[in-house]
Amino acid sequence: MIRIPCPFCGPRNSNEFAYKGESKRRPDPATATAEEWRAYLYDHDNPEGWVREGWYHRAGCRRYLKVERHTLTNEVRSAEPAVGA
Amino acid sequence: MTATMKSGVATRRLPPQEGEVIDRGAALTFSWAGHSHRAYRGDTIVSALLAAGVTVFSRGFKYHRPRGVLSASSLDPGCLLQVGDEPNVRGAHRRVEPGMEVHPQNVWPSLRYDVKSANQLVGRFLGAGFYYKTFMKPERLWPAYEQVLKRFATGGRVSAHSPHGYYDKRYAHPDVLVAGGGPAGMAAAVAAADAGAGVLLVEEEYELGGHLRWGDATERVALAELRAAVGAHPGIEVLTNSVVTGRYDDNWVAVLQRRHPDVTGGGFGPAGSRVQERLVKARAGALVVAPGLVERPYVFDGNDRPGVMLSTAARRLVNLWAVKPGDRAVVFTANAAGDAAVTDLQRVGVDVARVVDARRGGDVVSAIGGRNGAVAAVELADGTKVDCDLLVTAVGWTAPTSLLNMSGDKPLYEPRAARFLPGGRLPDTVYVTGGIAGDGSLDELVAHARAIGAAAAAGEGSRAAGAPTLGVDAHPALFKGRTHGMVDFSEDISSKDLVAAAKEGYDSIELMKRYTTVTMGPSQGKLETVNAVAVLSEATGRTIGETGTTVWRPPYTPISLGAHGGRILEPVRYSPMQPWHEAHGARPLIAGQWIRPDHYGNPEAEVRNVRHAVGIIDVTPLGKLDLRGPDVPKLLNLLYVNKWSKLAIGGVRYGVMCAEDGVVMDDGVTGHLDEDHYFMSTTTSGAATVWEWMENWLQTERPDWQVHVTPVSTAFASVNIAGPRSRELLGRLCTDVELGGEDFPYMNVRKGTIAGVPGCYMWRIGFTGELSYEIHVPASYGLHVWESLLRAGEDLGVDAFGVEAQRVMRLEKGHFIVSQDTDGLTKASGAGLDWLVKLDKDDFAGKPELVWQQGERYQRLVGLQPVDPSVVPPESSLIVRGESDIVGRITSSRRSPTLGRAICLGFVAPELASAGTTVTVLLPDKRRIPARVMEHHAHFDPEGVRLRG
Repeated sequence: MIRIPCPFCGPRNSNEFAYKGESKRRPDPATATAEEWRAYLYDHDNPEGWVREGWYHRAGCRRYLKVERHTLTNEVRSAEPAVGA
Repeated sequence: MTATMKSGVATRRLPPQEGEVIDRGAALTFSWAGHSHRAYRGDTIVSALLAAGVTVFSRGFKYHRPRGVLSASSLDPGCLLQVGDEPNVRGAHRRVEPGMEVHPQNVWPSLRYDVKSANQLVGRFLGAGFYYKTFMKPERLWPAYEQVLKRFATGGRVSAHSPHGYYDKRYAHPDVLVAGGGPAGMAAAVAAADAGAGVLLVEEEYELGGHLRWGDATERVALAELRAAVGAHPGIEVLTNSVVTGRYDDNWVAVLQRRHPDVTGGGFGPAGSRVQERLVKARAGALVVAPGLVERPYVFDGNDRPGVMLSTAARRLVNLWAVKPGDRAVVFTANAAGDAAVTDLQRVGVDVARVVDARRGGDVVSAIGGRNGAVAAVELADGTKVDCDLLVTAVGWTAPTSLLNMSGDKPLYEPRAARFLPGGRLPDTVYVTGGIAGDGSLDELVAHARAIGAAAAAGEGSRAAGAPTLGVDAHPALFKGRTHGMVDFSEDISSKDLVAAAKEGYDSIELMKRYTTVTMGPSQGKLETVNAVAVLSEATGRTIGETGTTVWRPPYTPISLGAHGGRILEPVRYSPMQPWHEAHGARPLIAGQWIRPDHYGNPEAEVRNVRHAVGIIDVTPLGKLDLRGPDVPKLLNLLYVNKWSKLAIGGVRYGVMCAEDGVVMDDGVTGHLDEDHYFMSTTTSGAATVWEWMENWLQTERPDWQVHVTPVSTAFASVNIAGPRSRELLGRLCTDVELGGEDFPYMNVRKGTIAGVPGCYMWRIGFTGELSYEIHVPASYGLHVWESLLRAGEDLGVDAFGVEAQRVMRLEKGHFIVSQDTDGLTKASGAGLDWLVKLDKDDFAGKPELVWQQGERYQRLVGLQPVDPSVVPPESSLIVRGESDIVGRITSSRRSPTLGRAICLGFVAPELASAGTTVTVLLPDKRRIPARVMEHHAHFDPEGVRLRG
């Protein structure tokens, strides 16, 4: 089990967190086409390499975090509050 | 050799040996196949039986040939036994306990007269892929094939009546975890602990020491010194009879602490109960892999006969359990371990008839069977035959690289040493030492281990420059001789099968494994993988390095389901009124973590009492969120599909939340309590989700909004008072709020004092369709208020009702339940919520999808009534058209005591959704019944006269 270095709680087992998927910008609902909106909902890049993704410290500080993780090695190189992510 | 099945006389027990682990002062009695035997404390089941002259412990999986001892360790494939109601016990590992009842497995009707051994005669039909080829066609015979295959399947008996054992879990945080308690593991542990690290030292066998335990006098001295150093160190915790079963990311290491009759439950579990097994989840700063080496069997004709065993098996039997493994032996040796076996056997009086030295070109061709299938003679490469009852082989070692593979390494084949070595791709926090890392004298291995242990403690990194290394000694490459023999002793796969599979095109090791099932048996390749690779590489003309190995995945050893399940740590939640519920015969309903009263004996009577008088229900598990701040209305507008800006103080509104894909997520009511202060209720199951959803918006998308969300679900006890006399009842306990219809109308909230408890919230809402008040009181007063209500309303006919009655009444009223009447695909439009969705709002969760839903024709939620009022279709019954066209389903269904008929909610195709349509419901018993689509969801009082009263 990987650990997430929570900026508020320190390194914690990932099963304390809810995985929220790749970080994406929410399209402007006023102008988004159906294709854009559904790409936002369902399409994931899933690259081999570094990804920015959301984790919610559900069983801890209950902060949403922005985490950089390598999908091949599971190395986590940063975890920050997700404000405005 | 005589295979005495009954004798309790220890015919093969040797006089005391220097390193023996048996306690001759502690004799035990156990039974084998119904006959009583004696053992000493410290004996394994197999060592005790061997001492008594038993040589056959099981029969092969496919051909049912007799099987004896091969490795005399937990890996021994022929020694899986049934102990009491526990199947597949590793008989060469498990120690005898007094009174144990042991039976052989996979024999019928008995070990000696096995009917299925006739398979030996038809062996050529049971080759590679036999099952795939034979049991495929015709399909109509599959049920018959299943019966045949079941009878052939190996394994013991499981009992449905086994008592529940106590299984435990533990979390550990060692600085250094050492896997393997041989000389290298012990030395690494001591060095790490000397450097200040907290060390967990894990050893699969019952004592530390590894191969030193069956070694010579010098090795026994070294063993004593290392054990003393480990024992003296307060920084080392030793787990014996324990296995590291897996290594996962960030050195998350699973350790299975096996059944140990001396370990009690430690206060957990039933009083005085023994811990069957304990799963230790360790987060190790550093992992030191020191499993040593596993001796490899040699492939030749007859290599699976009883009496053919590995040199380590012979030496373990002689030195640990003082058992004479045979009377007349041939030893086939290619290394020092084989040479030492000769010395050991001669010392205890075994007649070593011939030493066949592979280093001088010697080879064995065939083990010739005698009575009972056991070895009676050996044919050698020079054509001679030597009579013997014991053939010992020492042809080399397999590196048990599981933990390296699991750490991301790819071990490399070293032809000079004829074994795999670490591939140099380990993470910095995983270290390797001992025989798996290289060769050397005992002093060299210990020195290497000490350096590794110190580096692990210091966190220097296993890839650091200057990390200590070990040399590698040359060893003859001996895998398969000049005849075919058994490769996989667990699955009965011979080298001939593998060659045949390669010829059929299954010529990659991963394909061959799956086609033949080689390495897929209980020993999971630890004895046979490299032999399988060698046979394949010979058949394909490639090198072993080119052929590669299969990937070793967790777990390293089988883990029982009990150990996986462990102690139940799931929290259970009760409301503060639980003592009253229990005292009044409440039938429990499990609702997620909550235990709620389903009913108190007669749910229909509970419904009638609410409809005619007044009832109270404990709704404490409702999700409750306290919302404060100037931007709460904005948040409500964003999360709910309807509008919230104009909700006056004292007002309550129903709302539905949709996810961004337009699917219904949760519903509930929210009240405006005060300036910048709102109170939200959610469904019981949605409470956590909704809170998380709100935090998501507030923390990521709208961080500038001033809203503070506090979950208060369990801070308040909640009661719904429902029925025509509810106002009168509440009025008797609440004096500071006007409850009259004009002062406190439907969909309003007030704050006041109930039964002397200030700070209670009262909502006028009506899930049941009756005049009702939902009250939220500080949780510590929940029971007091509940009992006060019952006392105060005795003359009004007040009584408690449970979840079942509430579900019936809400169905009568046509209120849907999110996640019962909706699912993960239910669009707001399909749930009939178009009236609620306000698309003229700027933005809210799911708005784009809700816009696009307009005009789409989804299955719609409708009220349904079976034409025959007495038939109540089970929930989830399908609505069909024609033979097999599924056009909907029943989501809720009950008999309504109020209407005296069956009532339902369900989804139907859009063209069937208009009132008056008759649809066909398919019942589980295949009956098809007609049901009418109703005008409203509500079957009772659709205008809402009662709840607005």
